[in-house]
Amino acid sequence: MFSYIIRRLISAVILLLIVSAVTFGIFFLLPKLAGQTTDQLAQQYIGKAPTPADIAAVKRNLGLDKPVYEQYWEFLKGIFVGVDYKFGPEAARCNVPCFGYSFKTHIEVWPEIQSRLPVTLSLAFGAAVVWLVSGITTGVISALRPGSIFDRLSMGIALAGVSLPMFFTGAVALALFTYQWPIFERSDYVPLLENPFLWARTLVLPWVTLAFLYSALYARLTRAGMMETLGEDYIRTARAKGLGERTVVVRHGLRAALTPIVTVFGMDLGLLLGGALITEQVFSLQGVGAFAVQAITDNDLPKVLGVTLLAAFFIVLCNLVVDVLYAAVDPRVRLS
Amino acid sequence: MRRSVPVAATAAITSAGLLLAGCSGGGTSGSSGEANAATKGIVNVSNEKGGTLNYAMSDTPESFDPGNTYYAFVYNFSRLYARSLTAFKAAPGSKGNELAPDLAESMGKSSDGGKTWTYKIRKGLKYDDGSAITSQDVKYAVERSNFARDTLSLGPNYFQQFLKDNDGDGYKGPYKDKSKAGLKSIETPDDQTIVFHLKKAFAEFDYLVSAPQTAPVPQDKDKGADYTKHVVSSGSYKFQDYQEGKQLTLVRNPHWDAKTDPLRKQLPDKIVLKLKVAQSTIDKDLLAGNTQVDMAGKGVDAQTQAQLLTNSKEKGNTDNALGQRLNYMAINTKVKPFTNVECRKAVEYAVDKKAVQTSLGGPIRGDLASTVLPTDIDGYQKYDLYPQKYSGDKLDLTEAKKHWAKCGAGKVNTTILARNDRQEEVDAATSVVDSLKQIGVNAKIQQYPTSKYFSDYAGVPKFNQKNNVGLMMMQWGADFPTGYGYLQQILHGKAISQSGNSNLSELDDPEINKLLDGAVANPDKAAREKAYAEIDKKAMEQAALVPLTYFKVLNYRSPKATNLVSTSAYSGQYDYLTIGVKK
Repeated sequence: MFSYIIRRLISAVILLLIVSAVTFGIFFLLPKLAGQTTDQLAQQYIGKAPTPADIAAVKRNLGLDKPVYEQYWEFLKGIFVGVDYKFGPEAARCNVPCFGYSFKTHIEVWPEIQSRLPVTLSLAFGAAVVWLVSGITTGVISALRPGSIFDRLSMGIALAGVSLPMFFTGAVALALFTYQWPIFERSDYVPLLENPFLWARTLVLPWVTLAFLYSALYARLTRAGMMETLGEDYIRTARAKGLGERTVVVRHGLRAALTPIVTVFGMDLGLLLGGALITEQVFSLQGVGAFAVQAITDNDLPKVLGVTLLAAFFIVLCNLVVDVLYAAVDPRVRLS
Repeated sequence: MRRSVPVAATAAITSAGLLLAGCSGGGTSGSSGEANAATKGIVNVSNEKGGTLNYAMSDTPESFDPGNTYYAFVYNFSRLYARSLTAFKAAPGSKGNELAPDLAESMGKSSDGGKTWTYKIRKGLKYDDGSAITSQDVKYAVERSNFARDTLSLGPNYFQQFLKDNDGDGYKGPYKDKSKAGLKSIETPDDQTIVFHLKKAFAEFDYLVSAPQTAPVPQDKDKGADYTKHVVSSGSYKFQDYQEGKQLTLVRNPHWDAKTDPLRKQLPDKIVLKLKVAQSTIDKDLLAGNTQVDMAGKGVDAQTQAQLLTNSKEKGNTDNALGQRLNYMAINTKVKPFTNVECRKAVEYAVDKKAVQTSLGGPIRGDLASTVLPTDIDGYQKYDLYPQKYSGDKLDLTEAKKHWAKCGAGKVNTTILARNDRQEEVDAATSVVDSLKQIGVNAKIQQYPTSKYFSDYAGVPKFNQKNNVGLMMMQWGADFPTGYGYLQQILHGKAISQSGNSNLSELDDPEINKLLDGAVANPDKAAREKAYAEIDKKAMEQAALVPLTYFKVLNYRSPKATNLVSTSAYSGQYDYLTIGVKK
């Protein structure tokens, strides 16, 4: 198990290196192929009417005058050993892990991402709990009573959940429960440790809205998996042995049906941890997703790289956890 | 389209504004409840102190550092904590273009034929830490904002352009040049006096020093790019807390003295600005009274606009203000067939401006335009060289076809550029394409993001030549509200640059250049305004651009805020210096 995890971590590091290299390539090489010069790139980060001296100084300060591979090396070096920068009267140290400074504002990237992580983590984990509980419960009940009114109704709602875009359901939820009937008054994110009640109250609507989308998918996956599993011979055997229905359904049926759900869950959670872009926008949450949107809008490479690597890290991490969980869920799986 | 004398007079006199507001609103606080009231006078006039004033905006400014910003709304907002040498008076519409001394005790005194400008700073001014503000701090602020652009790169560099002895390998900025003398073209003979030496006469220098770049910065507190996290205040409010990209909280500056400041009121106890709030949420919060001001001042979104305009009570809380901007389409005078003025004139007649106006959001988002200067900039004169005739909704193309025949280009292909993150601009370009088909111009739309529009595409003459770009959608607002501030960057030949160009028509008319250079050196304001009107007409005779609409915004005026007045100086935004909250 230990050596398996170490191997996976090494491959994760390699993957992250590839992701960062590709992001670097997309940022620098693609525009270059379209004819963009380094001066034009530098000019995006200066105000109006820059002189040639201004452009040269910006290129030098941002390191754009160096070859791309050298810039990439400097970026990697920053992550592992830190870098000294000078954007003011005195030189400043960007400590490990240094994801560099914004090309536009020259403010350090990592502390900004760090300050937004609690919002994104709260949003993603909270929503995940809601959608897992509601999605799997609905799926199991539907599978046990196929064709019933509950089954038809819940699968209909599930279909709506998958079909309706987040910016619609989010806006409707806000209009109804914040402005029309102010059950959940609009307030800014409150840290969990500062006030757990306010923390939850601020996030209920985003959780439910996000979970509405995902639980629909999970309900349908669970229902399909359960129906297939419940038709297996070993379930019939379990029942024939006189095991209680709850044991048959939960220990034998659900456990086997969970494997594909755990796989999808790993991907979904990983993606969300990298920033729930639309949910954060709709509910005006200051998470990593909102930061990513700003980074892309500003064409700000260090910021884009920071969020890309973070998102990739979470996806890799969640998949690793999922693979480890396989062994717990399915005894046939052995990690080696 | 200057405002009528009776309205202007009402707006100028605060007591009359009170009367007007009190009559229509019936409340003692002076709430008018009348549509466009804040474009005519100050609404809800009050000196009530206390409370928290809530601002919100859908985006996040790159910086709150007064020396590192170029947004009108930051210029407006930063005055709460940064006093420049001069500042705009809180007054409605184009009355708000009028300057008053702020940090300086009087307007600038020019000598040497307008090439030297001297200001005396008021006595007894202090920063929020209690230390004294000196003229050296103003000099330092100009040095860091204009000469350290590798670090503070986001603002304009007018001082770098206009100050003497700074061409080529001149002054390197205070972060590299550690000499005590610093920039030679600014002198500070004593703690109160600052003298600017310019390359050439510049009669509108008082406008330049109204930029927050002249707000004092104590050198020992300057952290370069990080200064935005805690700007040392010279205004009525000071930084309490700044969370990058999320929220800024200001509280009263205890060292600010109302006796030294005729412009600010310091009414709320606290000012909170929330960033990156969805526009639809901002609108809802404005209507619910949770937020009092949308800081960006770009107006409510389309859905809220429809909601407000169909509700007579809520409509009374809106201000449809001019934004000192023009939506226009530049015609590239260097790309065939538009090198021929007759071809350009044909385009002037052929573009269905009413259809374009609809695409841009209808009359509520802009009146039909026929001049280069917007109506709320001094020097504007109403005229229309290319009047359009409609029969019903159909544009009469007789004149357009006549000029196109004179141009002799026949059927042509061209490219029109628009910004893909501005849907209304793309819609307007689509409308232009439909119009031009009628005279034989087959235009293809190419869309690019705003962030690269000037640096990589429309603002790069070589790109335009290579890609047959004959037409470019554009919106332009003045950096300072004078004819020169508006026209120079889009019409002067010297403004043409190889990248980041804003003279998209690439017009280089010696007569226009000479008129612009002459006007800005002329100390006679009336003569300058006459020259600007003449330049406007000459540019239109050249058919260098097609004026589409005089940009307008629809702002929601929160009944919970006091002293609201929409000013042209900041694109129709409310003046942020004196706003208070009702308890």
